[in-house]
Amino acid sequence: MFSEMLVKLWENGIIQMGIWETIYMTVLSSMIAYVIGLPLGVILHITDAEGIYPLRWVNRILGLFVNFFRSIPFIILMVAMLPVAKLIVGVSLGNRAMIVMLVIAASPYVARMVESSLKEVNAGVIEAAQSMGANNFQLVWKVLLPEAKPSLIVGSVISMVTILGYSAMASTIGGTGLGQIAISYGHQRFNPDVTWCCVILTVIIVQVIQEVGTWIAHKTDKRYSGGSAVK
Amino acid sequence: MGVRPVPGNVLEISHLHKAYGQNTVIEDLSLTVREGEVIVIVGPSGCGKSTLLRCINALEGNQGGEVRLHGEPVLKGSKNLPEIRQKIGMVFQNYELFPHMTVLDNIMLAPVKAQGRKKNEVREEALALLKRVGLETKADSFPRQLSGGQKQRTAIVRALCMHPDILLFDEVTAALDPEMVREVLEVILDLANQGKTMLVVTHEMQFARAIADWVVFLDDGRICEEGTPEEFFDHPKTERAKKFLNTFTFERKARQPKTI
Repeated sequence: MFSEMLVKLWENGIIQMGIWETIYMTVLSSMIAYVIGLPLGVILHITDAEGIYPLRWVNRILGLFVNFFRSIPFIILMVAMLPVAKLIVGVSLGNRAMIVMLVIAASPYVARMVESSLKEVNAGVIEAAQSMGANNFQLVWKVLLPEAKPSLIVGSVISMVTILGYSAMASTIGGTGLGQIAISYGHQRFNPDVTWCCVILTVIIVQVIQEVGTWIAHKTDKRYSGGSAVK
Repeated sequence: MGVRPVPGNVLEISHLHKAYGQNTVIEDLSLTVREGEVIVIVGPSGCGKSTLLRCINALEGNQGGEVRLHGEPVLKGSKNLPEIRQKIGMVFQNYELFPHMTVLDNIMLAPVKAQGRKKNEVREEALALLKRVGLETKADSFPRQLSGGQKQRTAIVRALCMHPDILLFDEVTAALDPEMVREVLEVILDLANQGKTMLVVTHEMQFARAIADWVVFLDDGRICEEGTPEEFFDHPKTERAKKFLNTFTFERKARQPKTI
């Protein structure tokens, strides 16, 4: 029923390894992308003309920078950024280099996600905090980010799924994981069942990320009946 | 510039000018609020009442004139603005409670984080204040679990807990169902009886009359008329005020006998 290749890949633990590598790359890249993207998103939001600390030029330049990276298709960005990866991690091949690419591609994306989540926070609530004498730092940490939390979590799920997709593309230029298995063992060696196996596994990973993320977001949302109500 | 703070004056607004582009909202407005005084601002919608309150704590910048709290200028963008704002309590029409925080956390956030007061002490005070407005059982509820009136009482407690020198009420009952208006107004009345300094914008004329030491009638961004509640409500001097007050009374013509 299964091709010899699929059985062999499973028995040698290649597929299991692929699952692990895909998850590892996705999670690690997402985390680093958030370390960079979250402050970027916050700065983009607060320096906006309508923001709590308008800085026209910082906002413009940062916006241009983010748009620049967002407008390059990932597959091209990857090739273009190979020298940068080499500069940062010493190699331009393999998962370490791929993580650099993923972070470069995902951080601006994350920044925009964060920015749009922060935009959802009711301006009146921010004014209330201002009227009580919160400084800008407190506004961001104690009001803006906590109030945007459910939306930020939903955004991080979307970002992670996008990064997972990117990680599969990264396999075309030397990354590993389920994407690489699908391409080199499935597509290039005519084993459609290997490809489909990778597809199904990827779908399962995405589903798990989505379900867990949605559940957490729901838990943290106190605006509607979903959140943990206090009796 | 150079206005000497008169002892007993909490808030001094002098020659305030506010415009959005070409559209002047407040023109050369001066007003002084003394310690323990309750000033009620009334006027038709769009007359600049809310904008005036928002200018007082610099949520809106102004185009001229100045606002001083105990002699200190309140200036948008100035370094000590957060500090001064802590002394100006504001209650909004739409409550503006933090939806992801419990009632108690809503109240405690600013005193603890912005004023750096001790958590235990603030909690005790918050609970005592909640009890006084009849919300002692709601301390751990989230805003969505409260009625409009309860939300607004929470918002008032939140402002009170900062120990402000003056309280600004911006049409705090405008978003409430009629039966909830009273519970909120009673809280405010209670505060007035305690001698709190307040500036109240409202559309509730009977309430205005009951609570005010001084009524200011605003029209077109200017003070059109001011006086004691008796003077203003019973013997308005200007035509504009008379016309405004008339919108609150209804009369029906005598019924004509039906002719068949």
